[in-house]
Amino acid sequence: MEEKLGEIRFMKGNEALAEAAIRAGMQGYFGYPITPQSEVIEYLAAEEPNHDYTLIQAESEVASINMVYGGAAAGARVMTTTSSPGYSLMQEGVSYIACAELPCVVANVARGGPGLGTIQAGQGDYFQAVKGGGHGDYRQIVLAPNSVQEMVDLTILAFDLADKYRTPVLILSDGAIGQMMEKVELPEPIPYKPDKPWATTGKTHDRERNIITSLYIQSDDMEKKNIHLQRKFKKIEENEVRYEEYMIEDAELIITAYGVTSRTSKKIVDLARESGIKMGLHRPITLWPFPADRISELANKNKVKAFFSIEMSAGQMVEDVKLSVNGVKPTFFYGRTGGIIPTPEEVIDFIQKKAGEL
Amino acid sequence: MREGYEVIYQKPKTLTDNKMHYCPGCIHGTMHKIFMELIEEMDLQEKTVGVCPVGCSVFAYDYMDVDMQEAAHGRAAAVATAIKRMLPDRIVFSYQGDGDLAAIGTAETLHACNRGENFLFIFINNGIYGMTGGQMAPTTLEGQKTTTSPFGRDKKNSGSPLKMTEMVTPLDGVAFTARVSGNTPANVRKAKRVFKKALEIQQQNIGTQFVEVVSNCPSGWKCTPVESMEWIVEKAIPYYPLGIFKEPGK
Amino acid sequence: MPAKGYVEILVDTCKGCGLCVANCPTQCLALKQDDTNVYGYHYSYMSEPEKCIACMNCAVMCPDSVITVYKKKS
Repeated sequence: MEEKLGEIRFMKGNEALAEAAIRAGMQGYFGYPITPQSEVIEYLAAEEPNHDYTLIQAESEVASINMVYGGAAAGARVMTTTSSPGYSLMQEGVSYIACAELPCVVANVARGGPGLGTIQAGQGDYFQAVKGGGHGDYRQIVLAPNSVQEMVDLTILAFDLADKYRTPVLILSDGAIGQMMEKVELPEPIPYKPDKPWATTGKTHDRERNIITSLYIQSDDMEKKNIHLQRKFKKIEENEVRYEEYMIEDAELIITAYGVTSRTSKKIVDLARESGIKMGLHRPITLWPFPADRISELANKNKVKAFFSIEMSAGQMVEDVKLSVNGVKPTFFYGRTGGIIPTPEEVIDFIQKKAGEL
Repeated sequence: MREGYEVIYQKPKTLTDNKMHYCPGCIHGTMHKIFMELIEEMDLQEKTVGVCPVGCSVFAYDYMDVDMQEAAHGRAAAVATAIKRMLPDRIVFSYQGDGDLAAIGTAETLHACNRGENFLFIFINNGIYGMTGGQMAPTTLEGQKTTTSPFGRDKKNSGSPLKMTEMVTPLDGVAFTARVSGNTPANVRKAKRVFKKALEIQQQNIGTQFVEVVSNCPSGWKCTPVESMEWIVEKAIPYYPLGIFKEPGK
Repeated sequence: MPAKGYVEILVDTCKGCGLCVANCPTQCLALKQDDTNVYGYHYSYMSEPEKCIACMNCAVMCPDSVITVYKKKS
């Protein structure tokens, strides 16, 4: 029996993310325009009369993330989206959200930096996203879509994971995925029924007051909180790793890439295979939790000779690849900054040179 | 209780039994008390959600027995905005000091008022940063000595003190603004009546309510609590006049 | 003749701020100079209880809600 197809549309990445949020039952969107993702708020603003959610164009990204905090703590499904410079402004808010254990979805449609940067795609926010751009010992789930379909699927997953673990979830996209148009299949709207007894909805006579805070002024309390958070993060690491692999079974040279560079990397693998190089691709979908165990497993395969991390940055994910490889095999980095997508030719050139030196 | 007598005033049940950490004589305690009295009298405990700031009252949630959220410094207006939008039938208030509302939180304060977000700002203005040890605030009076204005606030360097109530009053989205104090029993009673009016206006959903409290800081001002009330009368109120500045229908 | 009113003060919660004393219209309250509570504060007490008129000024001013006011039933 044929599986019934969902609604099919030809959509821009940013708009697909917005539509997915609507279908996931998002109740509040608080955002600020910034290139290359302003389509998200514009789409949601145009769709607002047709749905039940509330949209506020906030006065800044600082206000946006704090509205997300308030809405999440009040028990609602809430989201904000931004790009790299705006995401920097949100770091304080994310730290507070992580410590207060509030579920929410944030999307960073990353662009080149640092500073005001460029409006082209970039992957220079990996450290900020994965190692925590905000202060303190916290982690957040980071999902990296590489297609417009994944902008849909991972947004819906983000809301579910956020609620499952009471944690902020970041969709780390980029300007290319945000702007490109592809065919997507949209799921039916998900009936969302919140059950959050911890939320600040008004202290009824049958319970104590709910306090949402990240302030633990006594050291013992702060340590207890941190131990609890670390346990939670461990659980997430054990259960939520996601990745995709291409031509990995007999691969000798393995590319690691995510987002837009993972698309070019597929082409690179194909071209390499045509000229007899046994190349494969490992694409992390969760940048945190990072597929460290899987990469370690690959590194320890006898036939695997080296890893190549291809990024649109000066080299960020490569550090996690190196940690996972743990010195067992050489790990190289090739990248471009400024919003320039590495071409298959230049990457293959680099890989062949390095492979020759092995 | 003695025979032949009845209780006519006691601590409201909506205040917890936790001992308040505020300095002796601090008007924070008085304002917590009268506001929670109202929450009890108007039977709003089950539907009230508050936002507390960073400042001396960062632990307000230890004293007010309602659901509360701690906001990052300056962000209470944004946090309260979202709470009210997500839970429009609840009574929502933010409780902030002068650094929180008028320095780091100026943008959030202004824009929540401009959008007419239907919650109550309780703005505790004592012209100083108490919690961090007594530094100058945007509302510190000209010539007033603080640890970062040891020779007195100098208008040339630091500008004039900000009058927040006057600044937000003209905004269309704001339905009610008032300035009160807690320096005398009469003013405390008046303040409670003003808070009551503000809550009634929130229930009508016609715009932001903004109540500024001319408050004290015996520790930061380096005087006794009784002397701090005299300072309020002699110096603070002349610059920050009391009264209702804006109300519906007037 | 019994006073119109009287107050009960939570000795250990009182911080000796003196606002009740200063705002009592009949000056029936004072800070206990020869004693302190567990926190070291000279707490407030009824030094002249017969003068209390149950105006509630003390309790209204008290930042720490330590005062309960009683009034003679009419």
